[in-house]
Amino acid sequence: MLLYALRRLIYLIPVAFGVSLLVFALVHLAPGDPISAIVPSDAPKELVDKLKEYYGFDKPLPVQYGRWLLVTLSGDFGTSIGTGRPVLQEVGSAFGNTIILAIGACLVAFSLAIVLGTAAAYAKSRIVDRLVTSIALVGVSVPHFWLAIVLVIVFSVELGWLPPMGLGPENATGWRLDWPHIKHMILPTIALSVIPLGVMTRTVRSTVKEILSMEFVTALHAKGMNDRQILLHVLKNAAPTCLAVMGLQAGNLIGGSILIETVFAWPGTGFLLNNAIFRRDLPILQGTTLVLAFFFMMLNLTVDVIQTFVDPRIKRG
Amino acid sequence: MFKRLRLAAAASLLVAIVTPAFSQGTLRIGMTAADIPQTTGQPDQGFEGYRFAGYTIYDALVNWDLSKADTLADIRPGLATEWAPVEGSDGKRWTFKLRQGVKFHDGTDFDADVVVWNLDKILNDKSPQFDPKQAAQSRQRVPTLVGWKVIDKYTVELTTRVANALFPYDMSYILYSSPAQWEKLGKDWVKVALQPSGTGPFKVDRVVPRERMELSRFDGYWDKARVAKLDRMLLFPMPEAATRTAALLAGQVDWIEVPAPDAIPRLKQGGMVIVTNKYPHNWAYQPSMVEGSPWTDIRVRKAANLAIDRAGLNKLLGGLMVESKGVVYPGHPWFGSPTFDIKYDPEAAKKLLAEAGYGPNKKPKIKIAISTSGSGQMLPLPMNEYVQENLNAVGFDTSFEVMEWNTLVTFSFQPVTGDASTKAGTNAINISRATVDPYSAFMRLYHSDFVPPKGANWGILKDPKLDELINKAHASFDRSAQTKALADVHAYIVDQAYWVYIAHDLNPRAMSPKVKGFVQAQSWFQDFTPITMQ
Repeated sequence: MLLYALRRLIYLIPVAFGVSLLVFALVHLAPGDPISAIVPSDAPKELVDKLKEYYGFDKPLPVQYGRWLLVTLSGDFGTSIGTGRPVLQEVGSAFGNTIILAIGACLVAFSLAIVLGTAAAYAKSRIVDRLVTSIALVGVSVPHFWLAIVLVIVFSVELGWLPPMGLGPENATGWRLDWPHIKHMILPTIALSVIPLGVMTRTVRSTVKEILSMEFVTALHAKGMNDRQILLHVLKNAAPTCLAVMGLQAGNLIGGSILIETVFAWPGTGFLLNNAIFRRDLPILQGTTLVLAFFFMMLNLTVDVIQTFVDPRIKRG
Repeated sequence: MFKRLRLAAAASLLVAIVTPAFSQGTLRIGMTAADIPQTTGQPDQGFEGYRFAGYTIYDALVNWDLSKADTLADIRPGLATEWAPVEGSDGKRWTFKLRQGVKFHDGTDFDADVVVWNLDKILNDKSPQFDPKQAAQSRQRVPTLVGWKVIDKYTVELTTRVANALFPYDMSYILYSSPAQWEKLGKDWVKVALQPSGTGPFKVDRVVPRERMELSRFDGYWDKARVAKLDRMLLFPMPEAATRTAALLAGQVDWIEVPAPDAIPRLKQGGMVIVTNKYPHNWAYQPSMVEGSPWTDIRVRKAANLAIDRAGLNKLLGGLMVESKGVVYPGHPWFGSPTFDIKYDPEAAKKLLAEAGYGPNKKPKIKIAISTSGSGQMLPLPMNEYVQENLNAVGFDTSFEVMEWNTLVTFSFQPVTGDASTKAGTNAINISRATVDPYSAFMRLYHSDFVPPKGANWGILKDPKLDELINKAHASFDRSAQTKALADVHAYIVDQAYWVYIAHDLNPRAMSPKVKGFVQAQSWFQDFTPITMQ
């Protein structure tokens, strides 16, 4: 197991290199340039050229990439062109804020999905199955930014129950586990959890249903096990498939949702990336994407390892 | 007993009378910016940055008078009490007498050395305090400034490359940060950004990147008439208009910048106050004036100006624009007396096109570079589509090259003859312009010396007569002669219909009825010092 994990970790290096190259290429393929985003629109080109020279954007692309890679390998990641702050500091604080939302959304989406999906698979009544399937369909179909705006209108503007934006109360710094901060994360968490809820509910329902039709379940009934005991066996067998999908969904959530974080002015990676895209803040774009890619890969690795624990039939060579 | 009660009541009344200038609450503002503007001295994020992180924390030698709503905001003494060109210098050297007794928020003094240190900060690459980020925001604001030196503790002499009577306007954009604070924070501008120190009416208590900036009243402000009445001001970045609207309606902020036009009825229904006023903003098409462009024919330019139903466009925007009749709006001191009246007259437009040799089988082809959004661009897509219908209705063949805001800005760094425009086949561009001062309103956009990369004369307009008129305005040191010269420039530009003038934004902001005392100046900048919270 340890060897397997180590080998997977080593695989991360070429993948991370590929991601960095891809991000660098994509960012430079897009029209516009980073300097034009930090100077006023009427700035003379002479000034723009001077600043390009200062920041090293006048160098050929391979040289720029090489310099960035060297700095990154030293663990520095450079500084933001837009703010002058260290990229690692910017990404670190934003990532922490996104993780809070992602964990909340995972908890809501995955727990509800397991309950609803299993209920639908077990349901003798077609109405229950149809109802759960409809919820799942709505979850994967409804644009979550639209839902976010609707939630804000209903719960913040009309009812005045929950704050519509921000990480916490106006005088607080950073996030804390207390009611005033939790109030701020309820609406974005709900909006963010809708898609993974839909996807996971469908996955759990179909997987459990498939397992329920297997012969070993009939054998368990024949052995005289009660429904609760059989349910545990079914869930254990459904776990590897569900875990794989959960891993992907959790990865998406950790990546941050640009739209949700922008609607709720939640200062996470999505908000950071959105701003960086419009400002062509290349160091932030590259740094954030690389960190997110790294975490996504780590998450997948963790899921793979957990899968092996849960289902010993999954042999790793 | 009653005597004591009376005494207590009198004391309470006295306190109530004496304290209104203080303890007037906290104002919370939702900005359109996605991050806190640069706080080190020269703000980024355009004039919104100047509005919230510029003239709040800092002062310029020459400040803006933002106290009136009914007249155009003009310059007035700031950290300099007076200024004048040095006699015998042909208007190329200026003396600025500095205000004495001005303190930075960190308690240090403002004097001539501070002025020179700050100019080195943005204009002298070799100085240790040089900050490229601040230089990026300010160099183009002082295009003629080439020299600066201390005369005595409270006098500086500034030298310009050419005679420039409008130089004091340029100096209104250079803000002065504390050298002592920079020293104290290890000569690190990144650290200064979190704990800046200026001379302005508000001091910075806390900057939380991407979340908020907390300002509080600076009791030691030099202009006692402008000591802030508010205790605190909190600024939140909220780039999404729907978020700002919801935050205001939910009571999380008291004031939002630029509410979406379609949200205004809901905001009014929620008891919010919508404040608008004219200000120096121009939403227009800047055409190509190079050979082969249909725009070189004045009849085509006039036809386009007459083809646009501005009243209809105003309706589309919920009344949030002024129908344009030139670079500046009627009533502006520089409007002058143009003979060409820009209005909606499609029949006259068709006639002009016919006179120019165009008809149903030979339409003037115009392709305009436009953006999907952007600073000052208002609602570019629906507005441009509306104008396209108007233009096509009189016989134009109008199309667009649509791009994202940053791309359009980069696109404008080359003139119309550059690769970008040639490849896209465009012969006009739609970038809204701030026309705050004479340089930004005329010189950089219409003078033949200011073709990119030097300025923003994108269409390469070359008119010696116009150059002469602009030069004359820049050489008029007498104030009334200067205004008259600028009015002549404007009248000539309108008579030549050099651009297609469409709209001036009305600078809308929405606020809670609790916000009192705000006067919306005819300016991109605003004064927050008279505001109180009820």
